[in-house]
Amino acid sequence: MALLEVKNLKTHFFTRAGVVKSVDGISFSIEKGRILGVVGESGAGKSITGFSILKLIDKPGKIVEGEIIFDGVDLVKADEEKMQTIRGNEISMIFQDPQTSLNPVITIGEQLMEAIIYHHKGVSKKEAYESCVDILKTVGLPAAEKRMKSYPHQLSGGMKQRVVIAMALLNNPKLLIADEPTTALDVTIQAQILYLMKKLSNDFGSSLILITHDIAVVSQLCDDIAVMYAGRIVEYGPKEEVIFDPKHPYTKGLIECLPKLNDDKKRLYQIPGIMPSLLNLPKGCYFKDRCQYADSECDLYPDKKVFGKRIVFCHKV
Amino acid sequence: MSIFKNELVQEFFEDKMATIGLFILIVLVILALFPSVFSYQNPYDLSQLYLENSFKSPGHQFWLGTDEQGRDIYSAMLYGLRISLYVGVASTVLSVIIGFSLGLISGYYGGWVDTIIMRIADIQLSFPAILIALIIMALWGEGVGKIIIAITIVNWVYYARTARGVVLSEKEKDYAQSAKALGMGDMGIIFGEIMPNVTAPIIVIATVRIANAIILEATLSFLGLGVPITQPSLGSLISNGYQVLFSGYWWTSVYPGILLMVLIISINLIGDRMRDIMNPRLKR
Amino acid sequence: MSQGLKKLLEVKNVSKIFSVKVGTFEKKDLHALNNISFDIFKGSTLSLVGESGCGKTTIGKTILGLYQATNGEILFRDRDISKLKPNKRKDIQKDIQMIFQDPYSSLNPRKKIKTILEQPLKIHTNLSPKERRERVFKTCEDVGIDAGYLERYPHQFSGGQRQRIAIARAMILKPELILADEPISALDVSIQAQILNLLMDLKDKYNLTTLFITHDISVVKHISDFVAVMYLGEIVEYASKKELFANPSHPYTKMLFSTVPDIYTPLITDSVLKTGEIQSPIDLPRGCFFAKRCPYKKDICDDVHPDLVEIGANHFARCPLIGKF
Repeated sequence: MALLEVKNLKTHFFTRAGVVKSVDGISFSIEKGRILGVVGESGAGKSITGFSILKLIDKPGKIVEGEIIFDGVDLVKADEEKMQTIRGNEISMIFQDPQTSLNPVITIGEQLMEAIIYHHKGVSKKEAYESCVDILKTVGLPAAEKRMKSYPHQLSGGMKQRVVIAMALLNNPKLLIADEPTTALDVTIQAQILYLMKKLSNDFGSSLILITHDIAVVSQLCDDIAVMYAGRIVEYGPKEEVIFDPKHPYTKGLIECLPKLNDDKKRLYQIPGIMPSLLNLPKGCYFKDRCQYADSECDLYPDKKVFGKRIVFCHKV
Repeated sequence: MSIFKNELVQEFFEDKMATIGLFILIVLVILALFPSVFSYQNPYDLSQLYLENSFKSPGHQFWLGTDEQGRDIYSAMLYGLRISLYVGVASTVLSVIIGFSLGLISGYYGGWVDTIIMRIADIQLSFPAILIALIIMALWGEGVGKIIIAITIVNWVYYARTARGVVLSEKEKDYAQSAKALGMGDMGIIFGEIMPNVTAPIIVIATVRIANAIILEATLSFLGLGVPITQPSLGSLISNGYQVLFSGYWWTSVYPGILLMVLIISINLIGDRMRDIMNPRLKR
Repeated sequence: MSQGLKKLLEVKNVSKIFSVKVGTFEKKDLHALNNISFDIFKGSTLSLVGESGCGKTTIGKTILGLYQATNGEILFRDRDISKLKPNKRKDIQKDIQMIFQDPYSSLNPRKKIKTILEQPLKIHTNLSPKERRERVFKTCEDVGIDAGYLERYPHQFSGGQRQRIAIARAMILKPELILADEPISALDVSIQAQILNLLMDLKDKYNLTTLFITHDISVVKHISDFVAVMYLGEIVEYASKKELFANPSHPYTKMLFSTVPDIYTPLITDSVLKTGEIQSPIDLPRGCFFAKRCPYKKDICDDVHPDLVEIGANHFARCPLIGKF
């Protein structure tokens, strides 16, 4: 049985300007220990998907439909009390900006210990402290004991992100959701953090959902990839298939526009235009105005096409 | 009317209490601007007063009763409301102008200018506002103009602090650096680029603090150190009536008190709502 | 450093030291720039590549005038501008413009786009309002912003569009030199491609001279003519784009290349683990600055600070052991 199964999830925001369908009917699943990459441009609904799983959606947003079945329990129906036992414990989240994820006025040690003690009331301070030092060493933070007494501003961006990852892993979660964890970091540090996340996922046996706009990042880590566009999944399948044989024009575009070190083209390939506003979605396929293969057939939203383990929503495949 | 299409305005009206507050305030302001239209006596024109009317209880002729000189309480309240509002608004406007400017300069330049201005502010803040105002008025004597200045002296600090805080964070942002790189002078950057970003929080604070200024004036007047007898505000009316409160002539103090309360509550409702709608904006 | 082209800007032995508070009472020197030298040739794009903290933004802001150099010279049109503040260099200010990194804080949120774009013209030119409007329209067309959106505020645009506006603002005075400080780092990868193409088109159309600052070596291939790799305030390798990509020689350059995620090959795990982090510019090492992170380090590297030497045709590197590992 899959660890997490999302079925037809819809999270809508009821704003004054209209209903924003940030996530509009997506389905995917993750097995224990696997890594899923959710890729798409800003506004595609990837972060909202992550927040929905943890039920961190506030007014004017609401999960209007769908099921999120985690370890046999439908989280959509779970109450807030149940969710609080899950957050930070069975499902952890890593946010994009390490600057704002860490409380600037308390030490690293205090923040880490707080995370343990909240979920494990019987643990002694000494035990909690040792666990924290251990996890800091595991994430590769040099001088772990010293760091326990440091404040966030004394650490570099890369180190802060390691602390954030450590905090997320403290209680040995079954599922880790990482929302753009390397976007704010230099490429050199990004490589280290990605490698770390992959290693930790293997060592701890946690599943990982990696949310990012960079398909190159996703190709480094993930077992499966879901490509999102304007609130919906347009392609979904195992990484090797999606990267080496992309079927949806958008996926192809995302791969094409990456600068590659060994090609000699003068200009970069670019996907023309920008993602449509979620308040003003076109009739039919949402990608059709940017797609080189689109024609009148695309005025109807495409049905699901299945190719073995692959799912694509496109008429032209 | 295009102002009603503005998103912030629409959001404001979504809260019923705030809308009621705004409505009440508008009514009160109109009453205060044209007291002669709405009252049937000018209580400060001695020729209109007849001692035989003193201490009449609320009734047909005098809606809310009269005081010891035959002054109609209802009319006196309208004139008093005008003074209260005038003092509150005038002192707030002055405090904003002074506090805002000093805060902007202090935050932008830093160094000893900042140190001096902020230390003065700190010293002032360590004394209760009422005490400072009391001392000033005790030394200076009564007068509407004087009390406006006294309240201004007390209140400029809040605006200076807020403005300084915003300037400190905004001046490092790229748009301010970009203006500097273009060769724009300091004054241009402070007032042209940064100031528009400071006005929003200031407006919110000022709205609520008008209520504070009104209360401060009322308190001083109640203690006899505020406005003169010839230009009473709601505070002095309450004070006046207070002396005869327990003799049974309760209307002389209670009604002005109720009006003052309604005024303060409506301002606070509006101010609270404005703070709420401004805040999520800052998240963007 | 290269023949045949005219120099527009010369950075000569520039150092910049910031005094920072360490603890409650102690102050230490932060050596952001360490005797750095390079030239920018007219009509060409020089990319300056390095991690956060290497000083690349500092040199950009020093050229712009927001910082003043502690030592050294920056020659622009035969004048040393290294220590001039913006209000003392009014006559050349319109010739050096910057595109900032963060599209969310580089445009004043309380001003309309129209106002933001007109501002440089109002300060530095004598154009009539009609002429200013025309210039604004033309520049918007150049960068791909619909003139109908001029009455809008920055928050009504996406990150990519805001960056286009920032580019328009930098270009509107037709400057001789454009400094682009990580102009695409904050954008989605798909939008990065659009903006890079835009910058290349503008470069061709107007024969722009650009200093392109970035931490991502994979984007410089398309936009650069010359590439300089920077580490802790100095240049460690310099060459033409072709040469650098064909023969990356300095160990740091090689490390930068190895960390770029290639979509078709997995992370090369061992070398990634050893990449480490850039040191603090507060206490600089005595020998080679990169020695601590260098996989080829020998004892000599800790003792002697290497010079930048020519190792090939117009190819310079700061490592005595090149060719020996």
